[in-house]
Amino acid sequence: MLYREAGQFKTSYQADGQIFPILQDRIALLAMLAVAVVAVPLLASPYVLSAILIPFLIFSLAALGLNILTGYAGQLSLGTAAFMAVGAFASYNFILRIPGLPVLLAFVLGGLSAALVGIAFGLPSLRIRGFYLAAATLATQFFVVWCLTKIPYLTNYSTSGVITAQPIVILGYAFDTPDRKYLLVLAVVAVMALLAKNMIRSNVGRSWMAVRDMDVAAEVIGFRLMRTKLLAFAVSSFYCGVAGALYAYAYLGTVEPEAYNLDLSFRILFMIIIGGVGSVLGSFLGAAFIVLLPVLLNVVAHSLALPTSVASNLELMVFGALIIFFLIVEPHGLARLWQIGKEKLRLWPFPH
Amino acid sequence: MNFFFEVLIGGLLSGVMYALVAIGFVLIYKASGVFNFAQGAMVYFAALTCVGVMDKLGVSLWIALPITVAVMIVLGLAIERVVLRPLVNQPEITLFMATIGLAFFIEGLAQLMFGAQVRKLELPIEDVPSQYLMDNYNILVSQFDIMAAAVCGLLVTTLALLFSKTRVGRALRAVADDHQAALAVGIPLQRIWAVLWAVAGIVALVAGLLWGARNGVQFALTFVALKALPVLILGGFTSMPGAIVGGLVIGASEKLAEVYIGPLVGGGIEGWFPYVLALLFLLVRPEGLFGEKIIRRI
Repeated sequence: MLYREAGQFKTSYQADGQIFPILQDRIALLAMLAVAVVAVPLLASPYVLSAILIPFLIFSLAALGLNILTGYAGQLSLGTAAFMAVGAFASYNFILRIPGLPVLLAFVLGGLSAALVGIAFGLPSLRIRGFYLAAATLATQFFVVWCLTKIPYLTNYSTSGVITAQPIVILGYAFDTPDRKYLLVLAVVAVMALLAKNMIRSNVGRSWMAVRDMDVAAEVIGFRLMRTKLLAFAVSSFYCGVAGALYAYAYLGTVEPEAYNLDLSFRILFMIIIGGVGSVLGSFLGAAFIVLLPVLLNVVAHSLALPTSVASNLELMVFGALIIFFLIVEPHGLARLWQIGKEKLRLWPFPH
Repeated sequence: MNFFFEVLIGGLLSGVMYALVAIGFVLIYKASGVFNFAQGAMVYFAALTCVGVMDKLGVSLWIALPITVAVMIVLGLAIERVVLRPLVNQPEITLFMATIGLAFFIEGLAQLMFGAQVRKLELPIEDVPSQYLMDNYNILVSQFDIMAAAVCGLLVTTLALLFSKTRVGRALRAVADDHQAALAVGIPLQRIWAVLWAVAGIVALVAGLLWGARNGVQFALTFVALKALPVLILGGFTSMPGAIVGGLVIGASEKLAEVYIGPLVGGGIEGWFPYVLALLFLLVRPEGLFGEKIIRRI
């Protein structure tokens, strides 16, 4: 009854092309942002902020980056964590070696470095596709992590390989407590998500989707394949790079190669599959699911008072089983469920 | 020069072990288009089950072996029934993700049943240099590696015979060629897939026993699957000979690179060198060494 767009007329092209065409969606989004900006930092405990909300936002950003590449441009990648690592280490080195460099600018430079690496490792996509490409992107993963452990310059000759991240100070204001870090991450993620949403609605996004659906056909009707694919790699890696920098600076507090292992790549792939491939909202839903699931399983395991070895193995099994279950029940992900729910809501309470 | 040959032969023989894992992948990918990421987990599961049965029941390897084979067959049937059948006709990436979920599940199950500690697996072959080669050619090659190669050869021959001479094999090839045509002539697709996963399980068992005897039965066995991926992209996902040749190439070049290039750049390049090699190769031949030529139409 409340969620109905009857009577909302579009009288100009501008109104027709706006990002959220339904009034209720706009209101809901603003309300959600207001809650996230005002209520959450006031009410949430530091544990919830730093152990759940900050990683959720950071993973959403990384999943968004992967979704641009895999969901919109159709290039399957298993090297997400490598791009995140490049972003984190590049930011670290920029801050370290250029005194007085603003932190946010360093994050952007880190993202740009990741984009360059992404372009280099995206080159094979011009020749190979599908699982061959996926297996090839694993090369990125192993090569980048190997570089970071073997080239001492990148880790500033640290002996342990684990570096404490520099404090985040923007315009003399230190982002050192969980709620401040949360607000910073939230701002970055919100701006970048808005950008992504708009990019996908523009001609760039449409050319990605054309390439995804059939690259030969897209090439025949005049899309430049090389430019489109490499742009997708660059943009996706930029997003992952910034997410990686945030992961190191706002969540871990350390910069270390081991944090960006293959497991992380897979986790982010899970997020987009469970959330919904080719959906901005799906990236967020998937990230929420994957961040919350282990926490919930942990709580359940604790309340059942299982021995730790049994509990950790059971968690692994339940995690695997749930992924299979979700894929069987809703192969298009949580975003599709949300869409179905919205369709139902429009007709409610008189479905006939 | 002798040293070069030693490294080369050692590499080739470890390549045989990679090929063994890659064959499991190829079997399933060829016939069902599923990129089975759980193959590594199955290798671990099989090896751990075998050792676990030996431990818990106190029986010898020769009794534990058939039990494990039975377990792997049941596992194959269960996977087909529970995971694959509901996912028929889904895009390849969905199936791929399902097998990652499966990998988690199988790893958890294996450790839940038999514990996570590293175990020793004693095979009746000793891991010592072969005396014969030592005396006559002055080359150091482990007896165990030679035995592994022989087992692998035997397995491949058996599989080749199974595929070419038996009724089930013909059906398997038909399904691999074209699902719908196979269905149309009355081949029970689901039963064929079940057989396939059971066979892949047995291949995983052989790989698991050999790897387990070499490195100990431990969680790291699951990473063997990652070693097999460059082999696959080099050899082509759909070709059994490709898996073997690819395994040999990767094994040999990896060891040679580690010995001759490794010291120049600080070592540890075994982890990514095979991938880069396979990647460079793909730039020249995108469908791999023996993969089917991909023809794309609009």
